[in-house]
Amino acid sequence: MYTEKVMDHFQHPRNVGEIENASGVGTVGNAKCGDIMRIYLDIDDNQIIRDCKFKTFGCGAAIATSSMATELVKGKNIREALEVTNKAVMEALDGLPPVKVHCSLLAEEAIHAALWDYAEKHDIKIEGLTKPKNDISEGEEDEDEY
Amino acid sequence: MNKLIYLDNAATTKTAPEVVEAMLPYYTEQFGNPSSIYGIGAANKDVITEHREIIANALGAKTSEIYFTAGGSESDNWALKATAEAYQSKGNHIITSKIEHHAILHSCQYLESRGFEVTYLDVDENGVVDLEELKAAIRPTTILISIMFANNEIGTIQPIREIGEIAHEHGILFHTDAVQAFAQVPINVEEYHIDMLSSSGHKLNGPKGIGFLYIRTGVKIRSFVHGGAQERKRRAGTENVPGIVGYGTAVARAMRTMEERTAKEKELRDYMIERIENEIPYCRLNGHRTKRLPNNVNFSFRFIEGESMLINLDLNGICASSGSACTSGSLDPSHVLLAIGLPHEIAHGSLRMTLSEEITKEDIDYVIDHLKDIVALIRSMSPLYEDFLKKNNKGE
Repeated sequence: MYTEKVMDHFQHPRNVGEIENASGVGTVGNAKCGDIMRIYLDIDDNQIIRDCKFKTFGCGAAIATSSMATELVKGKNIREALEVTNKAVMEALDGLPPVKVHCSLLAEEAIHAALWDYAEKHDIKIEGLTKPKNDISEGEEDEDEY
Repeated sequence: MNKLIYLDNAATTKTAPEVVEAMLPYYTEQFGNPSSIYGIGAANKDVITEHREIIANALGAKTSEIYFTAGGSESDNWALKATAEAYQSKGNHIITSKIEHHAILHSCQYLESRGFEVTYLDVDENGVVDLEELKAAIRPTTILISIMFANNEIGTIQPIREIGEIAHEHGILFHTDAVQAFAQVPINVEEYHIDMLSSSGHKLNGPKGIGFLYIRTGVKIRSFVHGGAQERKRRAGTENVPGIVGYGTAVARAMRTMEERTAKEKELRDYMIERIENEIPYCRLNGHRTKRLPNNVNFSFRFIEGESMLINLDLNGICASSGSACTSGSLDPSHVLLAIGLPHEIAHGSLRMTLSEEITKEDIDYVIDHLKDIVALIRSMSPLYEDFLKKNNKGE
């Protein structure tokens, strides 16, 4: 069902974790649909992405696309990072099953959401970046059931 | 990876060697059509009767009340659609539950589109139908109650005898989908007041592509597949002789082994449940703790999603299943898990493991040891778990 590359990134995900005091953090998706991605960016004064980490709640494809997306944006400047589209993530993984394409869209949105957060925090405008539509609100579900 | 631990026996089972052996001659030398006049054909009529009888005896039914079909889904479709049609002069109302198999639920939706009315009963947090709610749902126009014997996902066994009694007190037909329950728990159609019962061969170490519908004598139910006069003119099509032989052999075998097999499975099931509850935090057993199929274990693990668990289990040679959206092909997790009141994100993190007689305690230990690591690993990647830990730290 999954390509070797997807399985590789699922089994050995790159850049899992958090960045303390990150320059930008973006969380997209929602628990209802079964996918949440959070991407942390560490961006230097030259607007280069020095580090990128992720945390993902989701299926194999969601974890693999998050991992690949972080690999693709690392070391790039913010304008280049904007060009990391869902298509680019999918191609880098040698494709995804049709029902999993939304995972790659989520990865693209997560990067955009993190960049938007960075732009807001630093009071700058990134050309071509629009406000992420998919940002989840915190604590929308009752957590302490049992 | 050579090790293979198959814990998906609710999906399908391994065909027993004695079943395959019994079937083989009916593909080769004894291939004749039972409707033919000559020896190698006509002899197969008796073969069918013999195996029909085995099945009838297992249920306390008459031989003439067992009708072979192509499987559980066909039996469910037939029971619902044909009964609805046959009894529509009496009424147009059907009662079922929210946790039925899709063969029932989608048949009900189809009937709704044809003018029938369907009540979908709620279940409690353990997946049990409320008898008072059932009684309250009965209308003068109710023609059929269809409640599954045991649930395929969470293993909960319904109070079938009581449901049957209520149905018969009100003069309503009672159908039960026993695809998961047959040969796992004793069933007697008289004692339980069952008018129709669906079953499938491949769930009890029999072949795929064969099932039956038990239809009590006197129930007016029309033909669903039209054509020849097979199955007392109620289900056309040349009989699947190898399938019927395999099914009968599998039922005979299952009845012979039931007591010992299910006692062993229950012990391992409870051992597995206990180890998971003791060793993996933030989990929930889905389904009733005791009114439960002997081989069913179903847990939700918070903060993680089912498919990533399944892939990791598969990488370790363990076959299981999940009610997450990713495994259902839609965005919604299992309707059964939602019906027992799980929030979406917890339903996404469900894992079903269904045992067989071949599973040993060592297998269970191997599975739990890996499962612990897998759950911890996926949680370490989960933003939900991260948020939960942060919230908890703040709270302290």
